[in-house]
Amino acid sequence: MQKRLGKQTVVFEAPPRIAAGGTIVGDVEGEGPLGSYFDLVLQDDTWGEESWEKAERKMFEHAVRRALARCAMQPPQIDLLLGGDLLNQIITANFAARELSIPFLGLYGACSTMAESLLLGSMLIDGGYAERVACAATSHFCTAERQYRFPLEMGGQTTPTAQRTVTGAGASLLVAPGYAGNAQFEHIFATGGTIGRVVDLGITDASNMGAAMAPAAADTLAAHLREKECSVTDYDVIVTGDLGRFGSEMFAELCRDKGIDLANRHQDCGNMIFSPAQKVDCGGSGCGCSAVTLNAYLLKRMEQGDFTRMLFMATGALMSPTAGMQGDSIPGIAHAVVLERR
Amino acid sequence: MEKKRQKTPQEQRYQQQVKEKMPRSKTLPQCLRAFVVGGLICCIGQAVRAFGENTLALDPDGVAALTAIVMVFLGATLTGLGVYDKIGAWAGAGSVVPITGFANSIVSPAMEFKREGLILGTAAKMFTIAGPVLVYGIGASVVVGLITCLLAG
Repeated sequence: MQKRLGKQTVVFEAPPRIAAGGTIVGDVEGEGPLGSYFDLVLQDDTWGEESWEKAERKMFEHAVRRALARCAMQPPQIDLLLGGDLLNQIITANFAARELSIPFLGLYGACSTMAESLLLGSMLIDGGYAERVACAATSHFCTAERQYRFPLEMGGQTTPTAQRTVTGAGASLLVAPGYAGNAQFEHIFATGGTIGRVVDLGITDASNMGAAMAPAAADTLAAHLREKECSVTDYDVIVTGDLGRFGSEMFAELCRDKGIDLANRHQDCGNMIFSPAQKVDCGGSGCGCSAVTLNAYLLKRMEQGDFTRMLFMATGALMSPTAGMQGDSIPGIAHAVVLERR
Repeated sequence: MEKKRQKTPQEQRYQQQVKEKMPRSKTLPQCLRAFVVGGLICCIGQAVRAFGENTLALDPDGVAALTAIVMVFLGATLTGLGVYDKIGAWAGAGSVVPITGFANSIVSPAMEFKREGLILGTAAKMFTIAGPVLVYGIGASVVVGLITCLLAG
């Protein structure tokens, strides 16, 4: 069987299964439309820790532990941990991995991390290099604001294209197809995926990240459809990570230019996680946005049989405050994973 | 130095599209809110001035100092209580431009970086936002002072 199609797309010979998911979110996410789906909603965004950074790594660790607990597993039974976050030196993932003590490969794909980890984890399992892989991603509104923007107590207005970083940690447990132990999900398999290219159409506005990422999402989708020789209608739903309302609009526009009709199958996690009444401008963003939406909501719906084929495409704005100050634009990336119900 | 790269037609087209379709700020209501809140803050300042002039019978320098001290104190306190950012989210420039906004821009990073310690956190980060205002404000005053000195002899 040919495992590679074209330059970017992979298909798995023995598709790994997503056995369980774990999610922890902050209070604002808990008040959103998906509030009842999350495993744990924090009332205090420091979760009893001294700093937001410490709280975020605790969220990462506990999201992984929750996913494992659903399969009655402990960290030593896991072969590999793949994950990342938005902070410099991916400190959240590094410090959480220290606590979990699972062999660890740290990832930085900005908000595309959840798809990146699932794609890599599936490839490693299909390649025979691991049997059980935990994939996780987090973001925290307060840590992201202080690293990328302004102090929280500073009074000012956001622009209408701004998005709110999701406070949330999501983890998935991938297992080799032969696994027969306890599991939350029995029917969800990762059957393939497309590795994204970095695409940059010169957007420099750090409060318009949806527009910066949309070209990458359209590029990855086009590559996937071309290389896999399939069409949008082969999927029940095409989910992007955090394009938000305006980014989704631009994504549809770019797809139209490429001759792709999204046929009302496109959904965006950034639009799902908050309701417009929550005053979050264009929606949610951050690694945690797609991670918690996938693990808490989309996988459950898939397991129930609401859809059988999903293209999960998390999008990342590879923004750097330093590069931005030096006049660089914001490159985007999007990775796609094909999830099928079998 | 490397010359600035030319935009490709695709980039140009996309940036144009984004510009056209982008949701816009509602400028008129925002200006009205800024006017009301900014005006209100100035009225409070004026009341403090009147109090200094009439009740405390201070000289003009004393009145100016009193007003600045009271307004900065109010801005800093409201920042510490977590109220000023909410006013700012509603009023925009109305609460940023007055001296209370200046206090907010110094106190908010000082609070935020307390966890990194009093020296490398609070003290080092305190002027990250207000710093440029101070540098160019003081710089401009020096230039203006020199010109005045030269022209007025």
